[in-house]
Amino acid sequence: MDLNFTSEEEAFRQKVRAFLEENVPRSGLSDTREGREDKEWLGRAKAWQRKLNEAGYVALAWPKEYGGQAMDPVRQSIVNDEMVRARAPYLIGGSGLGMLGPTLISWGTEEQKKRYLPKILTAEEIWCQGYSEPGSGSDLASLKTRAEIVGDEFIVNGQKVWTSGAQHADMMFCLVRTDPEAPKHRGISYILIAMHTPGITVRPLVQMTGDRGFNEVFFDNVHVPRKNLVAKLNEGWIVANATLFHERNMLGSASGSEQRFHRLLALAKTIERGGQPLTKDPVFRQRLVELEIKVQAMRLHALRQLTDQIRGKHPGIESMVNKLVGTELNHDLATAAMEAMGDDSMLAREDEKALDRGYWPYEWMFSLGLVIGGGTSHIQKNIIAERGLKMPKSR
Amino acid sequence: MDFGLSEEQQQLKDSARALLTHECPTTEVRKVMASDGYPRALYEQVAKLGWNGLIVPEQFGGAGLGMLEMAMLLEEGGYAAMPGPFLFSSAIATGALKLVRSSEPTGKWLKAIAEGKAIGTVAINDRTGSIDPRDLTTIATKNGEALRINGVKSNVPYAEIADFIVVVARDLSSPELWLGVVEKNAPGVTIKPRKNLDLTRRIASVELEGASAVRLPGEGLYAKLVDIGALAIAADSLGGMERALEMAVEYSKVREQFGKPIGSFQALKHAAAEIVSELEPARSLLWYAAYAFDAGLPDASRYIAMAKARLCDIYARGSDRAVLMHGGIGFTWEHDMHIWFKRARFNESYFGSPAFHRERVAALGGY
Repeated sequence: MDLNFTSEEEAFRQKVRAFLEENVPRSGLSDTREGREDKEWLGRAKAWQRKLNEAGYVALAWPKEYGGQAMDPVRQSIVNDEMVRARAPYLIGGSGLGMLGPTLISWGTEEQKKRYLPKILTAEEIWCQGYSEPGSGSDLASLKTRAEIVGDEFIVNGQKVWTSGAQHADMMFCLVRTDPEAPKHRGISYILIAMHTPGITVRPLVQMTGDRGFNEVFFDNVHVPRKNLVAKLNEGWIVANATLFHERNMLGSASGSEQRFHRLLALAKTIERGGQPLTKDPVFRQRLVELEIKVQAMRLHALRQLTDQIRGKHPGIESMVNKLVGTELNHDLATAAMEAMGDDSMLAREDEKALDRGYWPYEWMFSLGLVIGGGTSHIQKNIIAERGLKMPKSR
Repeated sequence: MDFGLSEEQQQLKDSARALLTHECPTTEVRKVMASDGYPRALYEQVAKLGWNGLIVPEQFGGAGLGMLEMAMLLEEGGYAAMPGPFLFSSAIATGALKLVRSSEPTGKWLKAIAEGKAIGTVAINDRTGSIDPRDLTTIATKNGEALRINGVKSNVPYAEIADFIVVVARDLSSPELWLGVVEKNAPGVTIKPRKNLDLTRRIASVELEGASAVRLPGEGLYAKLVDIGALAIAADSLGGMERALEMAVEYSKVREQFGKPIGSFQALKHAAAEIVSELEPARSLLWYAAYAFDAGLPDASRYIAMAKARLCDIYARGSDRAVLMHGGIGFTWEHDMHIWFKRARFNESYFGSPAFHRERVAALGGY
């Protein structure tokens, strides 16, 4: 056990830090996650990812032939930490970088990798995820969007829902039913759909935050080339789970939690209760420590998993907890901040008197969305119990 | 950056699991519970394997390893509900003696521990059930060259069979608490066994009436003793929780109700998954705390306090839920669940409550 980074890694960290200090956009792309609407915003967001990619700080572990640098996961983790530290804006191509890319690297054909991966890095193509449907949420495998094979094309009909970022996505990785007669898990295929194809309608949904972050997507006789199939026909469920694994690790990532905790602690120090800072209140103080302990445990837990990855160890039950714990923890942090603010927490982020620049009311709501997205906490617990502890299936 | 067990550490852990599975099954644990809480045959075996002297420096005949390696053994001891003084003697009392750089006055005891010829323990609490320095009232006075201790120490593990006791005391001239070694047969030492809940451990009161002691030289030793004790108990808790969970999960796969194994019901799945989701990150926390202690990092005390608070909370609450998952059978004396349920309670209160350690985390973090 040795938690020190090598001098090369430390030098790399300093280089990344210097680059970010110089280049992180200070206006127009907020560190709080805002509604992403207009074309101008989209252009700036893409430009930021392009800049970062040109500097060599995007998807460092991807193979060289697809635009990556084949670096070890430690470098990627250094970049992630530094991005959080610098409060760098989220990458607009996150779904492609964090979910589709790793899936294609494992499951895609050579042609698919060459065609799609480089444009994920440069933000030329933004991806969205076509998974949930109105009748298929937690029971994702019951999905009904149909793809019939006609000649060398799929003809897609149906509807997806809660599709984040569909309003500005160029491509969708999508689960479709290709064999309605087969048992539900064995009739699903994983296909890639260009969002400009005729027959696709994107209709925005307003989230509880007031933002238009996710959408309904309708498919009306949408033609998709058969070569856009990932893995084998009717074997999409396995691929879907590979993507979900990457998504859950992304959503449960510990790197943002530590910074959020420090922001909460700083807030609590500025709030007075009974003539002393809230951090001196014996009850709230204990609560803050409970949160910090969980935050630190998850930070160290991520380092342990990084080590396993370097050692080539297959992820086990310890990685199944990331999404559940990480998203619940982020929500708990925001909830504690709301309670700390007392009745000032009634102020929406737009109000000029909102504390801490209105960060917390939004974060409090947004973080609950992430407890749901990618499989709710209840579903995560089923997964941990069934796949991790081998408890009997209930369905 | 390498944050995982080394091959040697993993082997140490695996060999401990293998030994205790074979030599310390619950049938053996129960025999010890019904007698004096000290399985001598098992302790002869572990002595041969060098467990006693694992953290004793090599110059005194030990293996010279650190608390991270000790944590591997303690975790397995917790998993097996290993009875006896091992944790108190070979981890905590030994760790306290190791705080002294010179071989006086500690060398002879360290040597005897490594050889399996002596057992040590620690006496902290006075009457309040607290290890907060403000609550410790035992007094040491200097009488010529000799030190005399007066006070009543509560809940001292294995005082009856210990050869020496590390006693926490204060003199009236300074706020600093110091550690003194009292020999078992010294005049003025009276040991009164208590009846405790966790029968895999034995505790006693130690009455000190002018008992003579040798002071361990050094500054800030009490805080370091708290680190060592908290770390040891956290490691035991990790293993104990693992076992209690495993028992509940295995039971849920075979017990049927409503025509199905009860483990197919989400109520039980979620209870089990919640424990796992707390325990695995806490394991990472414990590893770091032990690593930081061994490396002498400035944040070691803070992370040890985090690990103690977190793992004891998880163990106390999780073993409670594990009993519940068993239903009526879990409430019987006949079923083994209560062994871990009671050890969890011992661990939660011994060497500082979770709330006490959380306050340390806050204070050390400048909240």
